[in-house]
Amino acid sequence: MTVTKTTASTSTAVALDTVVDAGDGALVTVPSGGRLQIVDLHGNQAVDTLFYDAHDIDNRYSAFDTIREQRAVFLTTGSRLMSTRLDELAVITDDTCGRHDTVGGACSQESNVIRYGESTRHQHACRQTFLRYGARAGIGQRQLTHNVNFFMNVPVTSSGGLTFEDGLSAPGKYVEITASRDLFVLISNCPQVNNPCNGWDPTPIQLLGRW
Amino acid sequence: MTLDHEHELPGAAAWSAPVRAGRTVTLTALADGANATMLIIGADRLDRLNIPDTLKSQMSARIKPGMVLMSDRGLALATVTASSLDWHDCLTGALPDQLLLLELTKHGFGEADLHACINFFSKVSVADDPRASLTYVPDHGHAGDTVTLRADQDLLIFVSTAPHALSDGRAASVAVRLETPDHSEDHTGGHTGDPAPDPELREEAIRALRLTRELIA
Repeated sequence: MTVTKTTASTSTAVALDTVVDAGDGALVTVPSGGRLQIVDLHGNQAVDTLFYDAHDIDNRYSAFDTIREQRAVFLTTGSRLMSTRLDELAVITDDTCGRHDTVGGACSQESNVIRYGESTRHQHACRQTFLRYGARAGIGQRQLTHNVNFFMNVPVTSSGGLTFEDGLSAPGKYVEITASRDLFVLISNCPQVNNPCNGWDPTPIQLLGRW
Repeated sequence: MTLDHEHELPGAAAWSAPVRAGRTVTLTALADGANATMLIIGADRLDRLNIPDTLKSQMSARIKPGMVLMSDRGLALATVTASSLDWHDCLTGALPDQLLLLELTKHGFGEADLHACINFFSKVSVADDPRASLTYVPDHGHAGDTVTLRADQDLLIFVSTAPHALSDGRAASVAVRLETPDHSEDHTGGHTGDPAPDPELREEAIRALRLTRELIA
């Protein structure tokens, strides 16, 4: 699905209310000040998400600048999502899940082969979705970067270990992002079935936009 | 080993160079607290170092010897064959100070290619708290520490010696040495035999090396 900005009469009108099917994606334009809520309808569903300045897509989300600036690995309420130029693109303004990953990146057909073997080569993967929906905003392979994984649980430990584990999310949990400037938000509702990031069973999510 | 090239990068400088498949790159810290931030782009000039894929396929939140540095498209760019340190930061990026950007621009790249980097010789410790809080470790890397990478395909490497973004220390110089192994049995340069028999590599890393050899190296 593709969603474009809807002109709203008030700042709190519901401008967007849509369901993204399991394994599908979306490109949403969120105006500065707009609030985008992502609802994990069935629980434990990773939502791979990228953010771009809508007027200059080279000014895009940077996972590791975001981590450094907040001196913490996990994202939650109050996390400022930073760009490669250290501009604040958005802020997480509400979060009933508690923490979200931005170290684990997105699945791709090629990385699935590395992690799970040849049999997974032609399974659908997030980076296919990013390329398909991103094309309309000029977002191609070079513009893809390391994303946020809302609702995904990737513990990083003091001994330097990293694993993918069962999610902390549950049906109806949501996260809200408030745009600090006009944004393209590129979403892949993760189709991964080879690890517990989607509870082994990808499910739909809901997008609610207020602006 | 045949020494192909060596020079010293002063602190707060940047450098970039092609590294042919099979050659090794050795970085040596020339002062305590030195930092060498690196970006890598693969042989096709599009496929870049992908830190998340590198970490999740090898179950690590740090770069250490025995890891293969993987690309966006699931290929092996380089293998960390040796290091005096078992922790090189890859979670906290680099400040947008133009050093790496200028080097990228020299090769026809730009801001879109500012992918995640490795901060060799630097460590940012992770706390076992609810946010996985991060703290820069000031006494981690010392003069004489080294790290060696073997190029598993033709690479472009980009190196900055700006201080780590979380350090309040001064920029320090780093020596770089490019070498070619003397014997052709090296599994990336040789095109014969099974790839990566090194038992320290994980199965995922060996798979990436094998695919890389099958497809491009």
